Amino acid sequence: MSVEVQKNNPIDHYVSSAENAIRNSESNYLSELQKQATLQLQKSQFPTLKDEDWKYTNLKKLLSYQFVHTSNLEKVILPKSDIDNLKFGSFDSYLLVFVNGIFEKHLSDYSELSNKVFINTISDSFVSDNEIAKKYFSHIGANNTAFDLLNLSNFVGGLFVHIPKNVVIDKPIQILNITGNAGDISFSSSRNLIVAGENSQSTFVQKHIGIEGKTYFNNISTEIVIEQNGIVNFYNVELDNDDSFHLEKTDVYQNRDSQFHHYNFTFGGKLVRNDISTKLDAENVECTLNGLYIANDNQHIDNSTFINHAKPHSTSNQLYKGILDGKSNGVFSGKILVAKDAQLTNAYQNSNTILLSDEAKVDTRPQLEIYADDVKCTHGATVGQLDESALFYILTRGIPKDKAKSMLITAFAENVVADLKIAELKDEINHLIFKHLNRVEIL
Amino acid sequence: MIKISNLKAKIDNKEILRGLNLEVKAGEVHAIMGPNGSGKSTLANVLTGNENYEVTEGEVIFNGKNLLNLNPEDRAREGLFLGFQYPVEIPGVSNATFLQTAINEIRKYNNLPEITPKEFLDRMKEKAKIVGMDSSLISRAVNTGFSGGEKKKNEIFQLLMLNPKLAILDETDSGLDIDALRIVSQGVNEFKNENNAVILVTHYQRLLDYIVPDFIHVLYQGKIIKSGGKDLALELEEKGYDWITKGEK
Repeated sequence: MSVEVQKNNPIDHYVSSAENAIRNSESNYLSELQKQATLQLQKSQFPTLKDEDWKYTNLKKLLSYQFVHTSNLEKVILPKSDIDNLKFGSFDSYLLVFVNGIFEKHLSDYSELSNKVFINTISDSFVSDNEIAKKYFSHIGANNTAFDLLNLSNFVGGLFVHIPKNVVIDKPIQILNITGNAGDISFSSSRNLIVAGENSQSTFVQKHIGIEGKTYFNNISTEIVIEQNGIVNFYNVELDNDDSFHLEKTDVYQNRDSQFHHYNFTFGGKLVRNDISTKLDAENVECTLNGLYIANDNQHIDNSTFINHAKPHSTSNQLYKGILDGKSNGVFSGKILVAKDAQLTNAYQNSNTILLSDEAKVDTRPQLEIYADDVKCTHGATVGQLDESALFYILTRGIPKDKAKSMLITAFAENVVADLKIAELKDEINHLIFKHLNRVEIL
Repeated sequence: MIKISNLKAKIDNKEILRGLNLEVKAGEVHAIMGPNGSGKSTLANVLTGNENYEVTEGEVIFNGKNLLNLNPEDRAREGLFLGFQYPVEIPGVSNATFLQTAINEIRKYNNLPEITPKEFLDRMKEKAKIVGMDSSLISRAVNTGFSGGEKKKNEIFQLLMLNPKLAILDETDSGLDIDALRIVSQGVNEFKNENNAVILVTHYQRLLDYIVPDFIHVLYQGKIIKSGGKDLALELEEKGYDWITKGEK
């Protein structure tokens, strides 16, 4: 038996990096919030397999690293030409670029957008005393876990995006999050707040991309508020490098008649955990939390969703699909809470996984807590291999096995990809599916 | 075209084919009939290489090659086609992509250049017309959301597009209304010529009113127990199978 020696409490490491981050803060309001978070962080512990919400995701490896805060390392300078290669370039978009968690204005391209939409760093928004930023920042999601507190206490750069009432944004807003290539193993905490005003309509495409190099740990938080009758589409694509850790939290608050459609695509990363939660806090709210994850080798991908139906007459749809090859692991935990008041709720949840190898594994954990009596809630989970009869059908048309399998994988992924409102993004996603499974594309 | 000798096959350790002999020459149409469970679909599946079936004995020579040594895709590339009893849905893959991939894979195997997009489109239009499929069906995903009749029409559409040497049609007529049956039959008749051959696997004599076979075989307990001309179908329709199978039990 090996004896574990607790050399350092990993919490202490992040507390000291937080103190450093706060010292450099330009906003007193923010540094106060961060000081509070640091105090709480000091008293908290990272989750272990004994925590119900983390029982399938082992964090030991992640917590064994002494990651250096990226703001303490020499800044990674990327030329503009790199940005053009890293972003989704097949469709027109407004571009917001982050490098190692810090917003890079000079690499971004959104001048036209800023005529209609308020975009500023969170810190500057506080300096200019922005009431909306103050009202919502760090109030949408719960700040319970050590990772939440780590994020808040250590964050140095992030954006506040406010889409005013009645503004319909003509092009997608692309948030390009580039991580890696730092001088040492590093971590970054980024945090964005999006407030979508009444009747506004917007589409965000967030692309996380890890450049090859040293191992990193991304800790990302996005808070989204959608006011009455507002619509937000959020497409999140995770392409971290295969040695790295990615923890991402998305918390949404939805007002009356609003719509939120979130699509999460995970392709890269050694360990990825996504926590996506939305509170449907008024009537006639619609939300979609769909996802597709592809893993190979030893990747571990954990998606946890929480839909909080607080008021009547709302609908939520969830569909998570996984394709697991090699020795990879997948987790899907989906919690649906229907409050006593939330009569006539429709809540649907589905999780389907295909295991392409004998060593791949998936754990699914649906949790339904229903306190209202007149609701429609369903959940289902399937785990299987590629459909043998379909495979045979394709082979009998002269198509070789590798292509036939690719066709079935496309078929499996189709109903997650089909709903994307950007045709070029669908093509990019389909391309990524095959690239990450090391399989041939059909045509 | 194809010569099947003493073919024996089993599934889940249950022997289904028990020494089947059949020879089909170019230009011929053969119908295989028989009661449920006689081995009709097994024959179709064994010939196309379904791995769930195990061949225990016998030989199948297709165009001079030992068919049983080939994998399913190579059998197709050699010119064998199976019209499925239950065509499979493949969401997310359009009929056009599916068929273009299939045609080019078959061409590649036979050292032929790829089909040009124009050739392919022209052929699609021409063949779709024969089976009365409109262009929207072609751009849709393979069989996805198709009705039973549409799926069967799509099998015949694929037959016409791929233009194989031997078509085995496994109960392509089952579950069709009379209009759909006419269309499907018309497609098969369009396909048929002196250089290719058709094996119809069917329950119903009705199909043979539209596609006239040269030979009819009765399959029973994994063997062909009676063969005859097209008149045999009428006799079967009238008298059932009992008069033939009685002696076999």
